[in-house]
Amino acid sequence: MIASTSSRTFTRSLLGCSSCASPRRTLLPPLPHLAISSTRLAIGGPHQSRSSSSSGPAGMPTVATSSLLSTTREAALHTHGLRWRDDESIHPPTKDPDGNIVPGSVPTFVEPSAEDLISVDQGGRETKKMNLYQAVRDAMAITLSKDSSSVVFGEDVNFGGVFRCTMGLADEFGKPLIRALRAPPGSERVFNTPLTEQGIAGFGIGLATMGKTAVAEIQFADYIFPAFDQIVNEAAKYRFRSGDQYNVGSLTFRSREPLSSRDACGDDGADYYFARLGYPSACMAVGHGGLYHSQSPEAYFLQAAGLKVVIPRSPIQAKGLLLSAIRDPNPVIFFEPKILYRSCVEQVPVSDYQLPLSSAEILQEGSDLTIVSYGPPLYTIEGALHLLANPSEDIQSLVPRDLRGLKVELIDLRTIMPYDIETVVNSVNKTGRCIVVHEAGKMGGVGSELAAEIQQRCFLKLEAPVQRVTGWDTPFGMIYEKMYLPDQVRVVSHVSRSEG
Amino acid sequence: MLSRASQVRVLASVARTTPRAPRTAARQSDARSDAASLSLSYTKALFSTSRSSHLFPLTYLSHSPVFLDKVASPDSSDVIPAFRLLDGQGHVLPEVPEEWKKQLEEVPEETWVKLYKSMMFLPALDTILASSQRQGRISFYMTSYGEEGAVVGSAAAWSPTDEVFAQYREVGVLVWRDYPLSDLMAQVFSTVSDKASKGRQMPVHYGSPAHHFHTISSPLGTQIPQAAGAAYSLKLSPERKGDCVICYMGEGATSEGDFHAGFNMASVLGGPVVFFVRNNGFAISTPAAQQYKGDGIAARGPGYGIETVRVDGNDPLAVYLASKEARRRAVEGQKPVLVEAMSYRVGHHSTSDDSSAYRSTDDVFSIKKLDSPLFRLRSYLEARNLWSSELEEATKVEQRKSILRAYAGADKEKKPAWEEMFGGVYGDREDGGLERHLKEQKMEVKRLIGKWGESDMWKKDLERHDGGIEAVKKW
Repeated sequence: MIASTSSRTFTRSLLGCSSCASPRRTLLPPLPHLAISSTRLAIGGPHQSRSSSSSGPAGMPTVATSSLLSTTREAALHTHGLRWRDDESIHPPTKDPDGNIVPGSVPTFVEPSAEDLISVDQGGRETKKMNLYQAVRDAMAITLSKDSSSVVFGEDVNFGGVFRCTMGLADEFGKPLIRALRAPPGSERVFNTPLTEQGIAGFGIGLATMGKTAVAEIQFADYIFPAFDQIVNEAAKYRFRSGDQYNVGSLTFRSREPLSSRDACGDDGADYYFARLGYPSACMAVGHGGLYHSQSPEAYFLQAAGLKVVIPRSPIQAKGLLLSAIRDPNPVIFFEPKILYRSCVEQVPVSDYQLPLSSAEILQEGSDLTIVSYGPPLYTIEGALHLLANPSEDIQSLVPRDLRGLKVELIDLRTIMPYDIETVVNSVNKTGRCIVVHEAGKMGGVGSELAAEIQQRCFLKLEAPVQRVTGWDTPFGMIYEKMYLPDQVRVVSHVSRSEG
Repeated sequence: MLSRASQVRVLASVARTTPRAPRTAARQSDARSDAASLSLSYTKALFSTSRSSHLFPLTYLSHSPVFLDKVASPDSSDVIPAFRLLDGQGHVLPEVPEEWKKQLEEVPEETWVKLYKSMMFLPALDTILASSQRQGRISFYMTSYGEEGAVVGSAAAWSPTDEVFAQYREVGVLVWRDYPLSDLMAQVFSTVSDKASKGRQMPVHYGSPAHHFHTISSPLGTQIPQAAGAAYSLKLSPERKGDCVICYMGEGATSEGDFHAGFNMASVLGGPVVFFVRNNGFAISTPAAQQYKGDGIAARGPGYGIETVRVDGNDPLAVYLASKEARRRAVEGQKPVLVEAMSYRVGHHSTSDDSSAYRSTDDVFSIKKLDSPLFRLRSYLEARNLWSSELEEATKVEQRKSILRAYAGADKEKKPAWEEMFGGVYGDREDGGLERHLKEQKMEVKRLIGKWGESDMWKKDLERHDGGIEAVKKW
């Protein structure tokens, strides 16, 4: 039901907009504090400022204060598109006497209902404050406990991972190895691999083609390229080339996405993040990933038909999308924005739930301009829109006055491939203007793909060229990060250009 | 430790006779004269590398009382000998110890006969399909000439439910497993009955879950870490206890990074897998001497902590017994074992290759004549009265007939429906359909065919497929 409802209608029905499709009785009641504005972002309104260490004008939202995050249980349970998976075991699927998998072992999704909101004691759904890495860990813990065929592996995952995403999983879910006396401590379902990305990818394919649920970790997205052949030539094409006889649908790659800008979480945030990590690499300076700890390689995989690419923006999204990715019948690359691992905190439902792939989400409705992005730049855009509405004195002369009331529609693409063009096109047909923002370079990037599709599908409605605000077509130079990444100023600058 | 390692080298003092390695061949003016000296070493040849010598952590070495008194360097004259039981004429070598003779006798006679028949089938199939490629009836083909003994001999040693990851020159495994000839032809001809790839892959890219034969892909070496993952999966699956993963590759593919990744992962993470290397002396035009400088592939096994055996690939009996032993150790130890089979690629690399451009035709003929796995096994079987000229002729005729029948059937069949071009890229969505962009592109194809389908440019091609233009119009 929800899947077939247009995303925007659903947003509204959840938010209790009476002019839209009548909300089903079982659906959640409206959120009181959002019912008035019917938007998630309250740009220009007073921000309940938590300790913000951002550079930039006071009051500008950061990841720590973002209204994109659900800070209350109610808001978390109202997450757009969420569906519960209360089944006790997801895998292995039931088999007939011949040992064949019964086709259509139908997933039993449970729609959100008002009952979720009653107190936890009385059977309501629980939520817990989590940051992004905890949400990722939670998703993997659910997978390991419900799916007896699932395994989690990669470099250094056994002790918890260099980003803590697999903390405690080996102890909790792995049987100890009863092997050679000097076998390293570890487990059979959560384990370290030798340091070989092509090996990890190929190994995962081997597991998946034998019916195991394989969650492979590539330590940094920058190091996914040695596995490019296995991912593009093998994983992506496995089902197609074997006439559907074999597939690696139960394979998921998790990988760390760009460092993102320091502005997104502030110097202190980045500092804290790395200090706590204890990542034993001297060259990995505070907030500066340089060439090989910063890349956003999603566009390289756009041409790999058969593959899905997903990038979440927050803990709730990370958990729901990762569970969908793991259970999707296709190999999925799940890029986790590592700048958000610790800086991004919200209330996350404790139960097992999924969020739909290939479905963009409208974070804020507007009628003048569409901005499409994914991952950390969404917080940059949030800050930019604040700047646009409340320019500080030093830039007031640069921000045209008539732009201050601009109504921007902000879209989180979430799935990069296959992406949800319908939501984007509906929006651009309404607003007539579009800007795509991402950290990766411009040429051949996701923005190029979107811009081409938008101009083809919205030609008659477009009032300005589609713009791309992206990283430059250079490698990610370490000390140049500030000017390399699209920041709030660049977004504002493009908004003014877009408006003529 | 070091002294033990040098013991291993001592075992390797005799060069292999299989005259494939140019390095060896250069030293041997007459390959046959070496046969006698090789036979002396076979007793110690099987599993000549000691596992314990390389499994101790380095710290143990540092406590060892053995010190180096000179800079160690690999002695290039040390060559791991190849295990063999039959001489070039198919006679069991006199020095074969009783235990191996006993093992030979324990093998049911039908196994040897089926082995020979399956080996015979390969050149019969290859001759017909290679020439059909020359006639333009199929686009591409790769023969197994010269490697019948290595491939079928090993296939006979696996359990029928062992998971096979192949490179591309291992159709003998499918023949051994009674893969229907009609399915084989359907794949090669890309017909509507092609279950293996629905017409999506080039010829000889077979695959069949029913035969536990994972679909072949062209990129070399990619199957090696995949086999390591599959082996780990078997280790985790109590219901598959006793099964093994088999991974074939050529000696050229072992130069890929995936070889290193796969061998190391399999060794470190465990799981039953036999890596079977067909060392046939050539990777297309590149002779093995330009592929590696060490002692072939077998010498690398111990470096990964993998038990290893080198076997004479043109001796089907030796291949069979060595493979069986390798498999036993892999399953019992839940670990990888490496088999390197020395043989010679008698045929061209593929139908797109003319090997006379880089090797002398005389060499090929002399190897065909002097060291044919078919000849060796046939003469062994005849000595045991299990085979005769009459059986040989009758089997040849029967095999040729069945191949031509399947050939004619596949040649007449339609190609798969155009719909299959878009199918299987992704798994079905929850609503059962294609992903959005593929649905749109499929409709674009429908529109184009609706408009241009009857034109001379397209009509003939479109009609060759199941349902033709009419089926497309119903999309």
